[in-house]
Amino acid sequence: MFDWLIYFSDWLIYDVSGLSEGSRLGTALSFFVYDVIKILILLFLISFIMGIVNVYFPVEKLRNYLNSRKLYGLEYLFSAIFGAITPFCSCSSVPLFIGFVQGGIPLGVTFSFLITSPLVNEIALALFLGMFGWKVTLIYAITGILLGTFGGFILGKLDLKDWLTDWVKDIMAKTYEKGDTVTADSINFIKELPLISREAWHIVKGVLLYIIIGIGIGAAMHGYVPENFFEQYLGGGQWWTVPAAVIIAVPMYANAAAIVPVIQVLVVKGVPLGTAIAFMMSTVGLSLPEATLLKKVMTFKLISVFFLVVTVFIVASGYLFNLVL
Amino acid sequence: MTIKILGTGCPKCKQTVDIVNKAVAKLGADIKVEKVEDIIKIMEYNVISTPVVVVDESVKIKGRVPTMSEITALIQAS
Repeated sequence: MFDWLIYFSDWLIYDVSGLSEGSRLGTALSFFVYDVIKILILLFLISFIMGIVNVYFPVEKLRNYLNSRKLYGLEYLFSAIFGAITPFCSCSSVPLFIGFVQGGIPLGVTFSFLITSPLVNEIALALFLGMFGWKVTLIYAITGILLGTFGGFILGKLDLKDWLTDWVKDIMAKTYEKGDTVTADSINFIKELPLISREAWHIVKGVLLYIIIGIGIGAAMHGYVPENFFEQYLGGGQWWTVPAAVIIAVPMYANAAAIVPVIQVLVVKGVPLGTAIAFMMSTVGLSLPEATLLKKVMTFKLISVFFLVVTVFIVASGYLFNLVL
Repeated sequence: MTIKILGTGCPKCKQTVDIVNKAVAKLGADIKVEKVEDIIKIMEYNVISTPVVVVDESVKIKGRVPTMSEITALIQAS
């Protein structure tokens, strides 16, 4: 799919800039141009597709769907899948949380959405696709969805309603009026297209700098970190590497886009893939900004339990992948 | 008329405020632009994705950043 891009970046670096073919700098720059453009294209495409899905299936519809049917436990899975395909912004998590519980959706099902939504997002998918290929991306996405499904199920079983903040309890006690139906108007697809592509472009623009920095660091590391360097230290299956990766990743939230290219280099140099996936999930899934926002609706106790369950699941899937892959 | 922008302070909400302010300035109309960040007040509008543009207490745009022309059209329509 991206053969043309190899020719283009080679042409740009060797013919236009006049660097000699096979030189260290030339090769690195050619890779850099190739990776940056490829990931930007993928990110735009994925954001665009998610934009289309979102126009036809906004969260309001999802809420009504989950609320109006008996789904025999499948609601956790559906909620997680919907979390994966809707674009996520951490500042929407609170309104969404309240909107869900207000609509009568069980707390556990709401958690399923809340766990998967940031884990499987357009930026992580585009970067994984560009750096690791579709198989690893698929594994990542499925893991994220299952993690949300089971995490939500367990949190639901723990029955944590009492640990919500008081005003959320008040809201839950009030009768629920069906949401207004502004989005129910028939949708003119052609009219929506420019809006969707503009939104996708916004996403690309927002992380452009981080992607360039991340790929830049990755490219530099490719040249200077010796092959199998990390294998010596991290690859030997030491038990603590997965939890350590998960903890280190927590404060890196803002730079998720910059982190994947670096992770890719770490994998090439010997870090096991499971550890890398756990690291990525922790970066996007356990974010402190999100925790601060959630404090408005959940007590500290509830947030701790929520994060603890997600952490345990991320660490477990890290171990699992290190064993299986 | 009053335009309210509901949002908890994310980049998208800030963009929306900028766009609305620009549109209002351009039209030179007598419009009050208000930013609502209090989540309790936001939830009174029964919305679950932000940012939201509310014109005279009716929800017009939700869950995305509007364009200048959309806002201009909204102002002129009412």
